[in-house]
Amino acid sequence: MEYGIKLEIFEGPMELLLHLIQKNNLDIYDIPISKITSEYLAYLDMMNQLNLEIAGDFLVMAATLMRIKSRMLLPVYSEDEEELIDPRDEIVKRILEYKKFKEASKILRTNLENQKDVFYRKVTPAFADEDFGVEVSLFDLLDAFKQVLSKAKKISKEIIKDEFTIEKKIRVILSILEGKNFLSFFSIFSQDETKISIVVTFLALLELIKIGRIYVRQDKHLGEIRIYRTQTTISETETKPV
Amino acid sequence: MELKKIVEALLFVTQGPLKIETITQIIGDTSLDEVKQAVSELIKDYEIRQSAIQIVEIAGGLQLSTKRDYAQYIRKLYRDETILKLSASALETLAIVAYRQPITRADIEQIRGVEVSAVLKTLVDKNLVRTCGKKDTVGTPFLYGTTQQFLIYFGLKSTDELPSLEEINVEQEQ
Repeated sequence: MEYGIKLEIFEGPMELLLHLIQKNNLDIYDIPISKITSEYLAYLDMMNQLNLEIAGDFLVMAATLMRIKSRMLLPVYSEDEEELIDPRDEIVKRILEYKKFKEASKILRTNLENQKDVFYRKVTPAFADEDFGVEVSLFDLLDAFKQVLSKAKKISKEIIKDEFTIEKKIRVILSILEGKNFLSFFSIFSQDETKISIVVTFLALLELIKIGRIYVRQDKHLGEIRIYRTQTTISETETKPV
Repeated sequence: MELKKIVEALLFVTQGPLKIETITQIIGDTSLDEVKQAVSELIKDYEIRQSAIQIVEIAGGLQLSTKRDYAQYIRKLYRDETILKLSASALETLAIVAYRQPITRADIEQIRGVEVSAVLKTLVDKNLVRTCGKKDTVGTPFLYGTTQQFLIYFGLKSTDELPSLEEINVEQEQ
């Protein structure tokens, strides 16, 4: 969130804490809180001297440690011996939990290593429409649009008046779609040479989606986007001005 | 037609794991046990033939894969495709999601003690983690879970195959 330089060694306070415990060979269940707190603070101090920005997360942990330390110093009164709660309990629980996941991630690493030489078949036969069942979000469309734009030629320097209108582009898209099951997203830009023209085609596409004449689907998230004609009888208002 | 040959054909054309149940359904007048039998015969066939291809049980289904020995050549062919590389923090986050799914970002951060949104985005981009709903609480945060792709990359039949957290010994020195 708020750190400029990321320390690769200690990405967070939990990792640092675990490191300090292991380095000093401490018993997790009986942490000498005073020792660990001063070591922890010394590390933060070192980061400070190196002009490294200290992430807020580290400071929160420092405060937690100091709170525990001060509670350890206070005498505790309780009628029931068994109800005495060690102020360290919570942090111990968190460290243990973190450590478990750290171990689990090593198991995953081994798995990944074992699997890296195994390759699976990747091709799916190009069947059809029922495979394209995933809704396309506006962001998916924009991503694809960005790809098209990046391939476009430079913006023309001439001023072309009204050559491309959304209405015209709508007609173009519908005419390419005529008699076909679907179009690939990229194919509707095949006639567009300039950025302006691409932008207008894209706006026409959005308009068609909005008025419900076409819909877009993909085979998977970030997959190929296809454009389908809405399966209703099309009235005579083929290209109503928008 | 021989059952195992049908299974072989289906596996050949399929991307991603194919469930035995699905195979049974497709074939029709056959039982699950018969298909299972056919599958194990087919697996044995491949072994006897010492084929470069093997049938593996993964992510809840069956899939054809190449054997490890041929990796070096396959890599040469697909030089440009990147191999999945994950940083330690990405793996840690992934482990937490795998064991605690469905889980919110805040809960992951609670365990790791650091902010994880960038790491989580990487995992989502690599299709290892996906959002799988929203938690019914203040702000209805997204819940995250692992994907089928995750199981494939890590060679797992299901997330149950991971050793339970209780089994993981935290006493051992690293």
